[in-house]
Amino acid sequence: MLTELWNDAEGGFHPASAPDFLPGRALQEVQLRRLRAVVARAYQNVELFRDRMEERGLTPDSIQSLEDIQQLPFTVKTDLRDTYPFGLFASPMADVVRLHASSGTTGKPIVVAYTREDVDVWAEVMARTLASCGLHRGDILQNAFGYGLFTGGLGAHYGGETLGATVIPISGGNTDRQIMLIRDFSVTALCCTPSYFTHMIERARELDVDLRNLPLRVGIFGAEPWTDGMRRHIEAEAGIKAYDIYGLSEIIGPGVASECSTQEGLHIFEDHFYPEIIDPETGEALPDGQEGELVLTTLSKKAMPMIRYRTRDITSLITEPCACGRTLRRMRRIGRRSDDMFIIRGVNVFPSQVEAALLQVEGTLPHYQIILTRDQGLDRMAVEVEVTPEVFSDKIKALEEVRARLAQAIEHILGIRVELRLVEPRSIARSEGKAKRVIDRRND
Amino acid sequence: MKLQQLSLFLENRPGRLGAPLEAIAAEGINILTLSLADTAQFGILRLIVREWDKAKQVLEDAGWVVNLTEVVAVDLLDRPGGLAEALKILEAANLNIEYMYAFSLRRGDKAILIFRFEDPDRAIQVLLDNGLHVVDGDELMSFVP
Repeated sequence: MLTELWNDAEGGFHPASAPDFLPGRALQEVQLRRLRAVVARAYQNVELFRDRMEERGLTPDSIQSLEDIQQLPFTVKTDLRDTYPFGLFASPMADVVRLHASSGTTGKPIVVAYTREDVDVWAEVMARTLASCGLHRGDILQNAFGYGLFTGGLGAHYGGETLGATVIPISGGNTDRQIMLIRDFSVTALCCTPSYFTHMIERARELDVDLRNLPLRVGIFGAEPWTDGMRRHIEAEAGIKAYDIYGLSEIIGPGVASECSTQEGLHIFEDHFYPEIIDPETGEALPDGQEGELVLTTLSKKAMPMIRYRTRDITSLITEPCACGRTLRRMRRIGRRSDDMFIIRGVNVFPSQVEAALLQVEGTLPHYQIILTRDQGLDRMAVEVEVTPEVFSDKIKALEEVRARLAQAIEHILGIRVELRLVEPRSIARSEGKAKRVIDRRND
Repeated sequence: MKLQQLSLFLENRPGRLGAPLEAIAAEGINILTLSLADTAQFGILRLIVREWDKAKQVLEDAGWVVNLTEVVAVDLLDRPGGLAEALKILEAANLNIEYMYAFSLRRGDKAILIFRFEDPDRAIQVLLDNGLHVVDGDELMSFVP
């Protein structure tokens, strides 16, 4: 019966995906049972959480319904830093089988822990993610997420194996070898950051490899925000379907939410991760459909439960049923992160806004970088854009026009002046993981 | 009658001109003439070389964005007013010159100028009709060292 529900031409049904199709009431029962258990676990084992509960006069028994979650205190990123390295663990180290750490941009990294069970749940949600992107047993999955402390590599690896796909653990980097293996191993699916795949497309073209003529049919992209324009570019240039997946180390890594064949929002695996949308200013819960900050609670995590973790990602929830048959609620693609945002001359700017402007003028997304500087107390924003064959001309006038059009498009969207610089191809550093779009030199 | 000109994008900062020139020099390709147009932020290097297709490949492989444009070479008497007369003819025919530069070699009493026209074919016709000499690729290559 479930196979009928998940009847996409490209996708197979995998038993791990069964919870994706739970009727709403059954799902809520699972959620409430797990929520009560995880709150009790955190209360018993995590001092910071217990203190905050006590300050509010709460005990685990205060949770009688899913709505009661709104009484619980938030957890924020600095809590992980302040309790570095192991202060939020709810399991003794003897039960922890894995540690990962995220690259903190300043100072200490953020450490996350997994028990045996957590690793299994992670593999399950990643298998569900891949199945949702149309993968099945027999697919050859090139995993170009970085292996190591970053959760992307191992998360996708275990998920791929659980699904029954053939996983190539190539990790990030060495683009020429990536392209060689895609071709030589008849790779059918690939996962990495969207910006790195854009780089692969570029390199493949230089090597005269036409990705459209290869068996590659699915790209699974995550770990950074990207736009629909970028998706269209990737799909056209590589001849694949490009899916957005979502996750964060603090919650589990990749495997928190995934698009399905409809590519209309990401289903949250809410039997394990309970979503809320809040007003980032006031912390008040917002009704479904309204845009705000995504807050997640890990319902089944053992080693490191996260209660009401503020993701800083801005999105909204879609409650309408999805054509794919999944009953899990969806969130809209993350266009922006409140910590990607920068403020210049009082204006909030997201790199995705700059991206939208560049796409509008050029049709495809060129490599770009935003550079913030401070000159005699005045903040300045420069956008460096690599010249592409499509816009290059032998005439100065034509290039000046391109430059002016790009600057105007950005200024129109942001309402602030930018200095737009055309730069040579490949002069902006390529990233093999998350692209670094903003360089802030204002405090140098 | 037309010549193939290579153009490439350069940032206007120290050292940027050297790299593409070295790349084609390494392939033994000699530059017959060049012109550099610049703004405060970027520049366009325009090159006339004998083996333009090979040079284009070399530069593209090295990562430059290269544009191929057809230009017209005209030889004019190297005396006061020589160029002005030619320009009058072009103006009278309402031909727009996008840009022009002088070829680095003289040929006897003639100077050679490279013109970038919006409509090179019509420009060539007008120049020929007015008794001017358009230097084609083979002829140009025949007297350059």
